[in-house]
Amino acid sequence: MEKWYLMTIVVLIGLTVRWTVSLNSYSGAGKPPMFGDYEAQRHWQEITFNLPVKQWYFNSSDNNLQYWGLDYPPLTAYHSLLCAYVAKFINADWIALHTSRGYESQAHKLFMRSTVLIADLLIYIPAVVLYCCCLKEISTKKKIANVLCILLYPGLILIDYGHFQYNSVSLGFALWGVLGVSCDWDLLGSLAFCLAINYKQMELYHSLPFFCFLLGKCFKKGLKGKGFVLLVKLACTVVASFILCWLPFFTEREQTLQVLRRLFPVDRGLFEDKVANIWCSFNVLLKIKDILPRHIQLIMRPVCLVLSDIPFMSTWFLLVSTFSMLPLLLKDELLMPSVVTTMAFFIACVTFFSIFEKTSEEELQLKSFSISVRKYLPCFTFLSRIIQYLFLISVITMVLLTLMTVTLDPPQKLPDLFSVLVCFVSCLNFLFFLVYFNIIIMWDSQNGRNQKKIS
Amino acid sequence: MAALTIAAGTGNWFSALALGVTLLKCLLIPTYYSTDFEVHRNWLAITHSLPISQWYYEATSEWTLDYPPFFAWFEYILSHVAKYFDQEMLNVHNLNYSSSRTLLFQRFSVIFTDILFVYAVHECCKCIGGKKVGKELTEKPKFILSVLLLWNFGLLIVDHIHFQYNGFLFGLMLLSIARLFQKRHMEGAFLFAVLLHFKHIYLYVAPAYGVYLLRSYCFTANKSDGSIRWNSFSFVRVISLGLVVFLVSALSLGPFLALNQLPQVFSRLFPFKRGLCHAYWAPNFWALYNALDKVLSVIGLKLKFLDPNKIPKASMTSGLVQQFQHTVLPSVTPLATLICTLIAILPSIFCLWFKPQGPRGFLRCLILCALSSFMFGWHVHEKAILLAILPMSLLSVGKAGDASVFLILTTTGHYSLFPLLFTAPELPIKILLMLLFTIYSISSLKTLFRKEKPLFNWMETFYLLGLGPLEVCCEFVFPLTSWKLKYPFIPLLLTSVYCAVGITYAWFKLYVSVLIDPPVVKTKKQ
Repeated sequence: MEKWYLMTIVVLIGLTVRWTVSLNSYSGAGKPPMFGDYEAQRHWQEITFNLPVKQWYFNSSDNNLQYWGLDYPPLTAYHSLLCAYVAKFINADWIALHTSRGYESQAHKLFMRSTVLIADLLIYIPAVVLYCCCLKEISTKKKIANVLCILLYPGLILIDYGHFQYNSVSLGFALWGVLGVSCDWDLLGSLAFCLAINYKQMELYHSLPFFCFLLGKCFKKGLKGKGFVLLVKLACTVVASFILCWLPFFTEREQTLQVLRRLFPVDRGLFEDKVANIWCSFNVLLKIKDILPRHIQLIMRPVCLVLSDIPFMSTWFLLVSTFSMLPLLLKDELLMPSVVTTMAFFIACVTFFSIFEKTSEEELQLKSFSISVRKYLPCFTFLSRIIQYLFLISVITMVLLTLMTVTLDPPQKLPDLFSVLVCFVSCLNFLFFLVYFNIIIMWDSQNGRNQKKIS
Repeated sequence: MAALTIAAGTGNWFSALALGVTLLKCLLIPTYYSTDFEVHRNWLAITHSLPISQWYYEATSEWTLDYPPFFAWFEYILSHVAKYFDQEMLNVHNLNYSSSRTLLFQRFSVIFTDILFVYAVHECCKCIGGKKVGKELTEKPKFILSVLLLWNFGLLIVDHIHFQYNGFLFGLMLLSIARLFQKRHMEGAFLFAVLLHFKHIYLYVAPAYGVYLLRSYCFTANKSDGSIRWNSFSFVRVISLGLVVFLVSALSLGPFLALNQLPQVFSRLFPFKRGLCHAYWAPNFWALYNALDKVLSVIGLKLKFLDPNKIPKASMTSGLVQQFQHTVLPSVTPLATLICTLIAILPSIFCLWFKPQGPRGFLRCLILCALSSFMFGWHVHEKAILLAILPMSLLSVGKAGDASVFLILTTTGHYSLFPLLFTAPELPIKILLMLLFTIYSISSLKTLFRKEKPLFNWMETFYLLGLGPLEVCCEFVFPLTSWKLKYPFIPLLLTSVYCAVGITYAWFKLYVSVLIDPPVVKTKKQ
């Protein structure tokens, strides 16, 4: 009994934080002519409701692809259609063709925010709760604490409920997928993951490890018997789910191609905005093409899942990931919720996971690595200490940069100075984490559990 | 790294709770605020821009200064910080000025002054003993009490959404109670005297303080059967108490006495021109009285006992704050409510005098005074229920019987605050926070007292569960019906009457438990 009431309380806290963040501004609020992601989502409701399916992804007089054309897979479109039906019931002006462009009102904001909350409540939150309940070898208290910390992760809250997106849907589906394959419900898990890919194509980043893991399972069962059967079943599930989602677009070759062109716009640049990755940092010197931002969400998802295993590094990583979105959040006037949710997340992790007590080599899962290094360098005993100092430096830098960005004006010759600095610092941190996570995978390869979770 | 560990408060659950709720309060900054926001902005302006002699005369805005002088001085001090945020808010003529910086300043001032409340809760936790059911932190009475007080739903929505400064005031009250528990009577008396001069609504509980200090502090010992030992009366103590109260009052009212403004100050503090109930009936006895009157008048009209021409046109439910008369039952005057209140608190005062049970007895009497005044007072605001709920939290972790009464009182009292937040964006917030607090309080107290009989009987359970459908009806179903235009007050009336039943029941149950409690026989030298 106790466990369920505590879990309910944790979920309620998560929902409260989400809704209070959603009281703030959204992307592109009051900024004609293009506005922002909020307007994009509203526009997709308009398009999917008023136009026939065949015209959704095509440029036409009614559907100007330059103005927030659909560039997510069909499931997003169906979701927008569903929301549009509700919108029509409440106020048809919200989705009237052409005339509703740039529509902004308190009631409409309430409606849009509610759609995010409902989607979250139906898909993402149950997945998180079930995932943490299924974790093995940890106490009930830790499971509930895990749920709280994952639900309090600021990045997702700020992007979905602040900036305005529906990441929780695709991430939720992906998490159902992970849950499914962990509990040996491989078919359901694959189905869920296919739904995730069909909602946002960025989930393809996760598909390789997912696919490899399932393939590994088939091999283990023996490719001549059960394994082969499983492989066939999985293939059928994947194909069937894709066909189901893409059915209206498989009628003509041109339809399918057009959708693919919208999903994978290789003629766009390497960065759409200032992005915290290697390319951003190199661009200062090399000037390469663009990549879409906010892909950080996809990396943070798996890290959230290992929160209870390596609390210190996970917390650090998740803090950096939120920080990396600072320029975007400031543009959307989300400074206060960003600071508050980040602090709340940090306090929750510190309180429940005692992260500062878990910085020994063994806790950081670096024991085997440091033993190997000590074969060559016997004096290498200070790894723990180094990492603690790095954390301190990282946090201080992030706080300072945040303060500078908020209080100072950048010099006239370098107007994007702070944004680029944020990118650069975040990138350095991410490189460090890349190295770290690869080390754990390589040195702890005998521990199968890690492989599955850190995929 | 060790320093960081200590600084981060690893394992220090109290700091985590306090910090957590502070962060939640920061998230509530962009929510709806009521006219009280403008009230306090106006007071900042008055105290900053005008000389003291004008403070209680200024009437440019309709929200005139109607709190005692210490609160005015508090606003004065705040105004000196406010000028760094936005100078314009300190202009008396800038009515309804609410720039984003003003909002930020005002909200932060409430959050900041809550530090006193956090400190008071910390002190209260030291005072309550309570049994230990298990080794789990979450089952310790201290932990449960901290959550019940720090994360109190009523305080959160009244202070940090609706906008008021109750946090630090309740902090003063809880601190004075804690000092009385710690036998530091002079400090307790001093703190209460100061509190009275911040907000005079605490006069409701002054009788409890007066009688307790007289009986248990001025009389230093009891006879062996617990009754009063007259020759142990200490003049020194009485005089020092009197001196404390006198000095505090002198500090507060002295300047206005010198300016011959006392009558004006008092007329501002006690405006009896207002009606028996304000726009939304506080769920007290008079709500039931009004409802009965309405029902009887409707029946009377139907059965032709009453002449429709003789009934006053505007009714009490039309939302205006004026004096109205009842149709069937006798009208109620301020004097009548005062007499009712006095009669209601008399038994508890007698108990405190004749069967003193130390600080715990004082606390029960205080709660009963607060509740009785709420039940029978003139122009009571529903926010006044917090005056009973917060001290009651201290009792709730002690005995199962008290826990049961507390839960009924709190759940009903908190629900009665719902009409304060009537805007759509705040609807999910109030429901989520209410669920959060209610689920936590009920489950934690049930766990704490799991070895005793169940906290609720079937009747009480049904009543509390009935709050859910009531909310759905009032908030979701009713606006979609045709009655919304014809009888817009029905949700308020239903809420008020339903909660009044629960609160009256809790008041009654608490009173019975206090009256039939056997006296504790002690001969203590205090």
